[in-house]
Amino acid sequence: MPSALPAATRVVVTGLGATSPVGGDATTTWSALLAGTSGAHRLDDEWATDLPARIAARVAVEPAEVLDRVKARRLDRSGQFALVAALEAWSDSGLADGGADPERLGVAIASGIGGVTTLLNNYDKLLQKGPRLVSPLAIPMLMPNSPAANVGLAVGAKAGVHTPVSACASGNEAIAHGIDMIRLGRADVVVVGGTEAAIHPLPMAAFANMQALSRRNDDPEKASRPWDVERDGFLLGEGAAVLIIESAEHAEARGATVYAEVAGAGITADSHDIAQPDPAGLGATRAMKRALEESNLAPRDIFHINAHATSTPQGDVAECLAITNALGGETDHVVVTSTKSMTGHLLGAAGALESLATVLALKHRIVPPTINLDAIDPAVKLDIAREQRSLPDGDIAALNNSFGFGGHNVAIAFRSA
Amino acid sequence: MASTEEIRSGLADIVNDVAGIPAEDVQLDKSFTDDLDVDSLSMVEVVVAAEEHFGVKIPDDDVKNLKTVGDAVAYIENAQNA
Repeated sequence: MPSALPAATRVVVTGLGATSPVGGDATTTWSALLAGTSGAHRLDDEWATDLPARIAARVAVEPAEVLDRVKARRLDRSGQFALVAALEAWSDSGLADGGADPERLGVAIASGIGGVTTLLNNYDKLLQKGPRLVSPLAIPMLMPNSPAANVGLAVGAKAGVHTPVSACASGNEAIAHGIDMIRLGRADVVVVGGTEAAIHPLPMAAFANMQALSRRNDDPEKASRPWDVERDGFLLGEGAAVLIIESAEHAEARGATVYAEVAGAGITADSHDIAQPDPAGLGATRAMKRALEESNLAPRDIFHINAHATSTPQGDVAECLAITNALGGETDHVVVTSTKSMTGHLLGAAGALESLATVLALKHRIVPPTINLDAIDPAVKLDIAREQRSLPDGDIAALNNSFGFGGHNVAIAFRSA
Repeated sequence: MASTEEIRSGLADIVNDVAGIPAEDVQLDKSFTDDLDVDSLSMVEVVVAAEEHFGVKIPDDDVKNLKTVGDAVAYIENAQNA
């Protein structure tokens, strides 16, 4: 299908960074995903005692072990994750040594919930000790744009710093925004990604009360089980992932190593319900179709999909239907996986982390497994990777889906380099 | 009552904790902003931590007069003796 944007600027991925429940950097995270490693743990904290769901996937490496102490104490945990991932990606791209014009360098780092732990911890201080003890840094730490702004400061970005917020679709929306910035000529290089740090009793109680979280408290590593008949909700994860994207021309001129091409995005809204996805997956279907259109890709070009599949009873099946409809039934050659089975659901960082996994799957031609898929839901008609699967050589493409409360659907299409 | 040196030393630990300045650099003749790079937000944190540590009150109107470490030490000493 011809693109609506003739001769759209090609955009490529030239740097990757992550701090996730399965690894403190992109390489460790990728190896752990290929090995089928779960990042889930029981929460032994006293505050978790009365929660209905007492399991989560915390980052494998505490940011305090990596960042300068004074810098870290001026950042919300979500900002710490973003900075760790961004500095890794920036260095990986080679741009840390120069090569990016600050006025042509942008940032789009998303968060689903923002600095919620800073907000709540300062509220505790307010109640216990009075207003004098509320930190003067609380606002610059808790504002949702804080991670993006701090990453912008770290890399010296002056072409615009943005924070898309669309719940669990936020990370993918940040990538889409970065593509637009480059295609509209507003930037040559954009640091894109997502971050989330919401493992705190209030959001965990709220998610549990929505019936959204798995309550498999006695067996945390088995809790996230997308498409399995015994799935009972998602496992909350935390962390960040960042990609450096730039125009192919800019990357070529500086001799950058290209992981993959980020070919296009599809963004739609369900307009159905604030929390429930459209049961027929219509919005998700349109998002994938639009990503293909924008990317000049046909269904037969897609060999891999990193699904949103969070391990909830309804969502996982609706997405499969949407995939089948979006690809017009041409799904026999498509290997689908959900890396959330290992990382848990990183909310506003999910799209970014799963895009990173999709990029590496295209580069290395390997799809990470979906773990805990002991008995597949009979409604699922797609080829789900239960163990590592290889992808064919040649020019192939992949999709990464993210859907969020509010009815946000964002699919990103990647093409092998 | 704490001695001048005890107050300087306690304050130095606070400045180190908040702003990462080596405690041995926090000497009486040093300016918080010009010599130690303590910005205005960090100064608020230093003041609040000092109030708690030394059991004194340092109203916001007085904070702007505390240019050097010596100013702050003298203020805390006076407040403790008041």
